Amino acid sequence: MYKGGKIIASLIIFAALFTIPFFYNMGKVNAGPDVALDTPAIQRLPASEQQCVESPEFMKENHMQLLNQWREEAVRNGQTVYINSQGKKFDISLQDTCLKCHATESASNPVVLNNPANSTGVSNPALNASPEFCASCHDYSAVKPLCWTCHFEPKEAVK
Amino acid sequence: MIEKALSGSKRYWIWVTLLLGMIAIGFYAYMNQFNNGLGVTGMSRDVSWGLYIAQFTFLVGVAASAVMLVLPYYLHDFKKFGKMVILGEFLAIPAVIMCMLFIVVDLGQPMRIMNVILHPSPRSVMFYDMIVLCGYLLINLVVGWTTLGAERKGFPSPKWVKPIIYLSIPWAVSIHTVTAFLYAGLPGRHLWLSAIMAARFLASAFAAGPAILLLLCFIVRKVSKFNPDPEGGAIQSLVKIVRYAMIANIFFYILEIFTAFYSGIPEYSAALRYTLFGLNGYNSLVPIMWTAVVLAFLGVAILIFPSTRMNGATLTIGLLSIIIANWIDKGMVLIVAGFVPNSFERVVEYAPTLNEVLVTLGVYSIGLLLITILYKVAISVREEKAS
Amino acid sequence: MSINRRQFLRRAGVITALGLGSSFVISGFRKKEVAEAAGFAKAPKDMPAKRWAMVVDMSKFKTEADMNKVVEACHKLHNVPDFGNPKDEIKWIWKDDYHHTFAGGFNEYLDENVMHSPFLVTCNHCDNPPCVKACPTQATFKRPDGIVAMDFHRCIGCRFCMAACPFSARSFNFKDPRTHIDEISPEYPTRTPGVVEKCNFCYERLADGLQPVCVEQSNGGLIFGDLDDPNSEVRKIISTKLTIRRKPELGTQPCVYYLVGGGEHD
Repeated sequence: MYKGGKIIASLIIFAALFTIPFFYNMGKVNAGPDVALDTPAIQRLPASEQQCVESPEFMKENHMQLLNQWREEAVRNGQTVYINSQGKKFDISLQDTCLKCHATESASNPVVLNNPANSTGVSNPALNASPEFCASCHDYSAVKPLCWTCHFEPKEAVK
Repeated sequence: MIEKALSGSKRYWIWVTLLLGMIAIGFYAYMNQFNNGLGVTGMSRDVSWGLYIAQFTFLVGVAASAVMLVLPYYLHDFKKFGKMVILGEFLAIPAVIMCMLFIVVDLGQPMRIMNVILHPSPRSVMFYDMIVLCGYLLINLVVGWTTLGAERKGFPSPKWVKPIIYLSIPWAVSIHTVTAFLYAGLPGRHLWLSAIMAARFLASAFAAGPAILLLLCFIVRKVSKFNPDPEGGAIQSLVKIVRYAMIANIFFYILEIFTAFYSGIPEYSAALRYTLFGLNGYNSLVPIMWTAVVLAFLGVAILIFPSTRMNGATLTIGLLSIIIANWIDKGMVLIVAGFVPNSFERVVEYAPTLNEVLVTLGVYSIGLLLITILYKVAISVREEKAS
Repeated sequence: MSINRRQFLRRAGVITALGLGSSFVISGFRKKEVAEAAGFAKAPKDMPAKRWAMVVDMSKFKTEADMNKVVEACHKLHNVPDFGNPKDEIKWIWKDDYHHTFAGGFNEYLDENVMHSPFLVTCNHCDNPPCVKACPTQATFKRPDGIVAMDFHRCIGCRFCMAACPFSARSFNFKDPRTHIDEISPEYPTRTPGVVEKCNFCYERLADGLQPVCVEQSNGGLIFGDLDDPNSEVRKIISTKLTIRRKPELGTQPCVYYLVGGGEHD
């Protein structure tokens, strides 16, 4: 092979560089997020409202598409009510529907929220360090949704 | 062929390094804008487009001007342009790329740019602008690269490029027409709401574009053994094109002035009054605009008289005057003054910030680097053939 | 069998194209809809209309404070930031004097008081909105009820709509708005830097059966209703009184009407 030595050496260096992250993290498998379905926030709700808009399995797999669909319907078509697969109706609202369960006291603290330094949302640990909030999974899977640059915590908490 | 750009003289590498440095500075300035928003520019609620969109408009014209070589050479068999056509095509490619970059740096949410394709909006002129610009880039890449590649091997160009070359002629006209439609179809902006906007754009493009190309030819002759005008006459033919296009451009501008002022409708002349005389005490564009007026006439005069147009030094001055006059008119005043006075008949002035200027210089440096690389390839192929 | 470099590259290219192409085909066929039985509906209290419109009855605004109250209520509700400078300024509804609001009709003999009397201005929610036509992503669009709305999620910030709007109704987020909001209103999201925004006729309140907040705060100075309904108050005023609109000659058909010196109605 023409210049075989150089080519093989470069290939080995490339493969080594490319696989560094895998070797670096080998054996250090960190525990997945601890997603709790019976937090104080959920327990406070009446029994009829303790179920998510769809089944947990469905939400784990499809919540991103569902949110996109909600966004299109609510913003563009003025359809602000979601009727789920059981025929139950929900207001399409991150703030008033999702965050009723997916938020904690610390996340809803008005002092935290009104402080401009904390206003970047996703990167703010004070808003996210909760087992049931979006970030516990998203940090684990390195996903950075941009919802919180505009949307807020539940209404009751801010008031 | 691209390997030709990887070997060059010391001067070549100093120039490339300089450009890379400018690009780095521009990139750094852009990161500042990316992180802190367009608030770092001089644009405002009232003048919502500035230097970036003005450069975009100017450079679409430069890109379109390649047609001034392609058309005589391929349609009228004007052989003298034979060696120069490739330089025109290789000027169009960086010009279109700069246009696209200026659009991107002007966006408030550049990460969402694909929404233009995800949610196509056939009622928006910007949709068509995207299509014609991408198409023009592709056409010139294919045509330029194939013809040069064939020439290098000593073959005639393959047959299938011919239709693409013919297509490039109306396509070049279309890119600047559609760009003019971006402005000419807006109901509230009287400076832009003019039926001859596209004609003015084409005239100024066919003046400034070939003028830039001529200056590039002079530089090519200086730094290499390749002569773009071996038989003589090509340069003077292009000078004539520049001259008549510039005269047409000035004529169109006077038409605008006549309609705006003689009709006496205040809104129609307000922006022109602002640029030429100042309005409500605001006059930051007045000296710049009059510089353009003087340079436009000076340039035309130099290009008319044989003694000045045949002389290399005065010809360069004439071409520079025409380029600067067109740049001021289209690459600055036309876009900014379109927003002045605003829809409440108030004057809000605009001046670019340092950050904005650095980003602009960065984009121009990317364009210059691309021109350098493409011209290096073309020149090396020609030098190789000649030796 | 040996192949040369050109053949190798060509074959590699074909295989890559096939791979990419087929993955697109497969993902394209996968349905985007997620919940099969799911459906969507209007909010129960949602106010239906075919053509929302607003009348500004100037006689009801006795002082400038009456107008400021309206402006503040809107800006507070919608988290409109205050940057304290005109360059980055964002406004949904604001006031300007007669002379500038109805620019073009300059009359030097007009009464000084009329010339400089303040008028409320906002997005006109035109029938033929140039901004909607200009938008390359349909981020700004016209709803079936006539409201010209913004989808902040989709806006790329090209500002073509700002150039297209003949009323300067649109503002751009040149800077991060969150740092310039005194007191956050949880009723409406803030915006992200780099998008355009404007008045939305409070469509989020209409869905809850409420009138726009400016109307609520105007002491009857702003009248809001369905222009398509012959019995609506806006329709009655517009069909019986002399109202004016901003720049009607442009053909955009603004849906904000000004009742000037109109006296009593009902």
